[in-house]
Amino acid sequence: MTTDATRASTLRDAIGLGVAVGLYGVAFGAAAVTAGLDPWQACALSLLMFTGASQFALVGVLGAGGGALAAVGSALLLGTRNTVYGVRLVPLLQTRGAARRAATAHWVIDETTALAVAAPDRELARLAFTAGGATIYLGWNVMTLVGALGAEGLGGTAQAALDAVVPAAFLALLWPRLQRAWAEPAAQRRVALGGAVVALALTPFVPAGVQVIAAVVAVALAGRWRR
Amino acid sequence: MSTGTLWTVVLVASVGCYLLKLAGLSVPAAWVEHPVVRRVVEFVPAALLGALVAVQAATSGAQLVVDGRLAGLAVAALALALRAPFVVVLLLAGLTGAAVHWLT
Repeated sequence: MTTDATRASTLRDAIGLGVAVGLYGVAFGAAAVTAGLDPWQACALSLLMFTGASQFALVGVLGAGGGALAAVGSALLLGTRNTVYGVRLVPLLQTRGAARRAATAHWVIDETTALAVAAPDRELARLAFTAGGATIYLGWNVMTLVGALGAEGLGGTAQAALDAVVPAAFLALLWPRLQRAWAEPAAQRRVALGGAVVALALTPFVPAGVQVIAAVVAVALAGRWRR
Repeated sequence: MSTGTLWTVVLVASVGCYLLKLAGLSVPAAWVEHPVVRRVVEFVPAALLGALVAVQAATSGAQLVVDGRLAGLAVAALALALRAPFVVVLLLAGLTGAAVHWLT
């Protein structure tokens, strides 16, 4: 049953999340420019890719001096999450027709999926997805521009601050997976630690950026042998 | 990397990520629910993010380095453990990085 009160609370959650994620956009815009992209490329990523972890991964690999393939590969690997989200959203959103599906797909990300899945019924799920998608898209893009323009021509201390923000941003993305609320948190911790150790161990020996992909492959193979 | 190459990276990765999203809404659920696919999707993000945290915090080119980024990461971990909001975590990490740079 959808009442005005539940509708208002769904909207409030969606918009609140949109504002919070928008603030995160500043960090992305700044990180992208620090990594050597120009502000337009930073904005193009937020407009066209619109999936935070993949965007951070792409600029992270480029910032570490990585090549084009490693950068694109990291973004795509993280982007596979959204495929699974889409499958979960199909029964909730009931998007009919190729055009509506194509439009809906662009907003299928962690936050909109969480909002839609948490909504008490289908109508509210659609509302949460749309309202959350719209506020997050708007906030993320505006704040990417702000961060990108703000990061140009920064002094040494501000640059050092930004350099410290990027790994913290990745840790913040990783953190929820390591907590008890997540399925198999112990395995997630082993995998994350394994990825970190392999990447550091390979850093002196492989081209920049490649160690990130290699770490994922190594951990995946190790996981296969264990079972 | 040249501007042209950078734009190619930006556009190719963007189109790829969009197609991954569209695939979820379009392909039969059984494909994505396949155990191997589920396993990959469940654990690849943790491995990738773990690797990225380490590389971003403790390497520079082909070298392992210890600087303000690692201090910022430690402060961020503490803030996350105390359930601080994302934005606070990032701010604290940035302030730590700036402080270390200013002190050294």
